[in-house]
Amino acid sequence: MNAFLNGLLRCRRAPWEAVASILIALGVFMLMQPFALVAFTYSFAVTLVGTMTFIIVSHFPE
Amino acid sequence: MSNTAMDRVAEATPPKVARRIRGLSDRVIAWIFVAPTIALLLAINIFPLLWTVWLSFTNYRANRPNLPVQWIGLRNYERILSDADIWATMQATAHFLFWTLFFQVVLGFALAWLINRKFKGNDLWTTIIVLPMMLSPAVVGNFWTFLYQPQIGLFNYGIAFLTGVDPTSFSMIGDVALAPWSIVIVDTWMWTPFVMLICLAGLRSIPDYIYEAAECDRASNWRQFWTITVPMVLPFLMLAVLFRGIENFKMFDLVVQLTGGGPGSITELTSINLKREAFEKWRTGYSSAYAIILFVTVFGLASIYVKALNKVKDR
Repeated sequence: MNAFLNGLLRCRRAPWEAVASILIALGVFMLMQPFALVAFTYSFAVTLVGTMTFIIVSHFPE
Repeated sequence: MSNTAMDRVAEATPPKVARRIRGLSDRVIAWIFVAPTIALLLAINIFPLLWTVWLSFTNYRANRPNLPVQWIGLRNYERILSDADIWATMQATAHFLFWTLFFQVVLGFALAWLINRKFKGNDLWTTIIVLPMMLSPAVVGNFWTFLYQPQIGLFNYGIAFLTGVDPTSFSMIGDVALAPWSIVIVDTWMWTPFVMLICLAGLRSIPDYIYEAAECDRASNWRQFWTITVPMVLPFLMLAVLFRGIENFKMFDLVVQLTGGGPGSITELTSINLKREAFEKWRTGYSSAYAIILFVTVFGLASIYVKALNKVKDR
């Protein structure tokens, strides 16, 4: 856990990519889930933030 | 004097042109070759994408080109993301996507595993299995509509033979509960061979000596399967899932031919809904925002998937 947080603070690619991937997966789940319309409403914002984060952090050092 | 084609071209080139070409650096020549492709890519991929992004913030309607176009900000996105009908469409797409991928992976891998075993008529069976993939989706949609007919359809009679129910008592494409499964069955029937072919390529790329070494170590067939076959086929399988996932997310033709999105809108997938918004209701700005939402979703999913694929390949 400490290594993960250190990686985030030092702008390392792997932990940030993990965060972005979780955001994208969460956004897609929110988009297609059958439980709450409010989750559907915010799904695109979550997916977009995740995707933009993914594009940016893929240029971070290993 | 040599007579190769290149020499003949060189001799036929006027001295002025030849001098001009000789004066170009490798970098410039490379750009000359690449430039038409880049121009084409910009014209038919990048420009329409940027244009769609712009349209998604407007109230533009393609059937009323003379109407002034107004900038309405995020209103199109707000409307789409609070629309219960589009939410239902997304759920229909999720159902279709999940089950088609599940069945295609399981059946495709199983078929590849069977075909990979050497037996008589192996090539003939491979050809027969691959046939559905070569058919046009319009043709497949049409003849499965006949197969699903309650009165004359072979599918209903097959189910009746296996279960004992009356073949006319159910309609695969007319029943709200069965229609989503009818499109899953047809897509699985059509595209399982594609997954099988990719898995077969993976299975055939595993060298025999690995299995021989495992047998020397007295590893059981079950253990060989889980520790050699599955890990080595996994990158191929993931690639197949990526291709099928993207294709099925934008599935249109097969479902339109088969159910037309019905009964009601139970099998209306996102691409069908998008087409209706864009070319039946002519809400171009609205449908542009819809397309952007789908694009970002597929792009995001594909990004994490490619990352996972690279990880598996490096292992």
